Amino acid sequence: MSATLAGKALVYRRLPTPLHATRAWVGALWAAAFVLVALLISNPVVLGALAVALALAGAGASLGRALLRALRTAAIVAVPIVLVNVLVSRQGLTVFARLGDLGPFGQGDLTVEALVNGAVIALKVTVVILGTTLASLAVDPDELLAIARRLSFRSALTASLALRMVPLLGADARRFAEAQRTRPSAPSGVRARALLLGAVVAGALDRAMDVAATLEVRGLAAAGPSPRSTRARAPLSRHDIAFLASAAGMLALLAFAGLLGLDRFEAYPLIRLPLSWGTGALCAALVLVSTAPFLDRRGVEL
Amino acid sequence: MSAPVLEFEDFTYTYPGAAVPALAEVTLAIGEGELCLVAGMTGQGKSTLLRAACGLVPHFHGGSCRGAVRVEGLDTRDHGPAQLGALVGVLFQDPETQLVMGSVRAELALALESRGSTASEVARAVEEVALALGVDHLLDRPTAELSGGEKQRVALGAALVGRPRIVLLDEPTSQLDPVAGDELIALLRRLNRDWGVTVMLAEHRLERCLADVDRVICVSGARVVHDGDPASFLRHASHHAPALETPGARMFSLAGLHEMPVGVREARALLRAAGLASGRPVGDEPAVGEMACEARAAVREEGVLGSVTAANGRARGAGARGRVRGRTRRGAARHEAGGESALRLRSAWLELDRGPAILRGVTLAVGAGESIALMGRNGSGKSTLLRLAAGLLSATRGAVERSGRVALLLQNPSDYLLHERVDQEASAAALAAVGLQGMGARHTRDLSGGERQRLALAIVTDSERPPAVLALDEPTRGMDRHAKSELAEALRRRAREGQAVIVATHDPEFAAAAADRVLLMADGRIIADDTASGMLSGGWYFATETARILGGAAVGDRSGQAAGVALLPEQGAALLRARRARPSVVEGARA
Repeated sequence: MSATLAGKALVYRRLPTPLHATRAWVGALWAAAFVLVALLISNPVVLGALAVALALAGAGASLGRALLRALRTAAIVAVPIVLVNVLVSRQGLTVFARLGDLGPFGQGDLTVEALVNGAVIALKVTVVILGTTLASLAVDPDELLAIARRLSFRSALTASLALRMVPLLGADARRFAEAQRTRPSAPSGVRARALLLGAVVAGALDRAMDVAATLEVRGLAAAGPSPRSTRARAPLSRHDIAFLASAAGMLALLAFAGLLGLDRFEAYPLIRLPLSWGTGALCAALVLVSTAPFLDRRGVEL
Repeated sequence: MSAPVLEFEDFTYTYPGAAVPALAEVTLAIGEGELCLVAGMTGQGKSTLLRAACGLVPHFHGGSCRGAVRVEGLDTRDHGPAQLGALVGVLFQDPETQLVMGSVRAELALALESRGSTASEVARAVEEVALALGVDHLLDRPTAELSGGEKQRVALGAALVGRPRIVLLDEPTSQLDPVAGDELIALLRRLNRDWGVTVMLAEHRLERCLADVDRVICVSGARVVHDGDPASFLRHASHHAPALETPGARMFSLAGLHEMPVGVREARALLRAAGLASGRPVGDEPAVGEMACEARAAVREEGVLGSVTAANGRARGAGARGRVRGRTRRGAARHEAGGESALRLRSAWLELDRGPAILRGVTLAVGAGESIALMGRNGSGKSTLLRLAAGLLSATRGAVERSGRVALLLQNPSDYLLHERVDQEASAAALAAVGLQGMGARHTRDLSGGERQRLALAIVTDSERPPAVLALDEPTRGMDRHAKSELAEALRRRAREGQAVIVATHDPEFAAAAADRVLLMADGRIIADDTASGMLSGGWYFATETARILGGAAVGDRSGQAAGVALLPEQGAALLRARRARPSVVEGARA
């Protein structure tokens, strides 16, 4: 059953979708374009369109449920961002609550502008989290690390090992916790957690020794530069081309928006969000360009 | 012998900080294409021997060594494991720590990529090894989602992908179910026969592979104490190391037969030649009349069978009668008919949210003082059933009733070790109950595997009131036969004291020694429920070696009634002695 539960963890799994059918660097580039657009654009309407595009892309990559889980995680980060920004920011003119004199922190005036600005930052962070989650679930990390191994074998292998050790140690911790629960007088609270942590750390050393022995006998110490894989040398597939075009399209739209000032948004001192047909067209174009590669589902089978 | 591919020359090795060597004055040569079994009790030097053969000793572990180990003429003192990696493939015990990449394809490719092979060489080798090992359908699967048997196959593939001359395997089947274990051994035999790969295999369950190997190297006290063919090893074991005898050889040895069989087929042939076989093919069962006839004769001649049938004596009568009545759900019926249950499951289901059903309507009653073995393939639901019984999981449908606490011992005893000293883990009384008195000051990480198992048992049973049920999840993994028999006896003792004992195991010999009743699970259901005698005889996988050799022949009690089937070597030996004393019984049975 543990394997079944482990299967629910956020790990890459090859699925029959266009995004999974692309080679790793293309998928990573496409996701990076998403994240870049999110980082450089501040207009909440465009950010909202990006979030919609990500949701559609997640559905197209059969990862809608995983993105929903990631959204919950993002909320854990996003809500504090909004709260901290509204409490800390002293900018904005529209006060909606007065907390009085906060001593060294000055007047505790909460403004609508600080609230909205926090919400926009939270939206930006959410889009970045969703984009990176989509990438980590749909881009083969081994293939990506194989590219990295050609540049620096040991660094890339260390990254592979770190990725592998995380679920292993997680599984160890679950086993130790389960063993604790079978004790007639099981420790509880902080003491139980401290004991558990100690056991995981001690176990991690054993695990690391075993994995290191495996790598030794596989020839790590004599490792040279890694060759280009046959997949990396193969001609670009229809999906590779589509996602590359999509990434280029998103970056072009970003540049276009910058040139025409469609991404403008100012929170302070008063909220200024210029909306026009151009903004609407930009949003529609972003959604269309980023999700179009998912429409072609030929040759996606495993 | 062909030219040696691996040579040990007066090799002595001591681990860092150890007072005594782990290998002492080892001299041996392994020829090309040999399939060698490394036998020995736990902690005697088997793993160290294999680690010396691949260069991990001394390069990885440190320590001091004397003498030489040469692989294809390369001295391991001058060539480390990475350089020897092209010649030697290694498979360790735990598949979890041998898979370092995210997907099967990347895992198989890693060794060759690290050696700088070209892309086409890597791709071709990955395809070939995947096809050879039957894992081609797994190539794009994440390694985290593979079953234990699949993981071990992939790890073997990773060891073989560079087409090494020698493959070293350290107890590769210890974490596999009998089917996956047999598949792995068959795979090794095929690699050895078809491609001439030299294989060195360390294994505890010798009966699983002895018939397939060319040679057995027996290690004891850090020294090679025997090196010869399987038959000569069994002769050595019968004189010097009875705990290493296979059940079949043990039965022959106890019966006073001098030729030692290396497998079931040979054992049956030897018995036929000696006029001691009933001539029944494997899987056929004797008629009740024949069983009773043999049983009465055995009792008259030996007068001892009543005592040696202790293992399945509790099932007396039920075994023989039950075999005629049919084999399903007898145990459950016994407890439903009357008597208080220590544990009762009523149509218990466990369904994962948006996942499969792990248990599907399990109904089970376990009486106080009853010993039950749970058997079945990996993933059949054994561990989940035990967790449900102990309250670690809750049934999504159905009910679980317990008359008292259910103590559960999980698979890995090391998971219980949270403190530095033994006496910090459990009370003095609990330690004494498992024979660890006087070891309270020891560091928990210094305990041997068997001692850790006993300490874990002390931890889960350490309470003022003894548990009503003791459940153990595959407690014999990695244990040698001696430790297993000690554990079986300990469980018997607890059952005699009134505790219900449920043990999930893949080992039919252990199940026969420890349990009265055996449940077979598959796909989350109990598909068969019978006495140990009924379940562990006559099958292919879920049968003891003794039962397979004797074809499920019956043993009797002092009254001459059939008391069950000979499952253990002692029972089989008593039966054979009876047959030798009264050959007419066998003739009568044949007629």
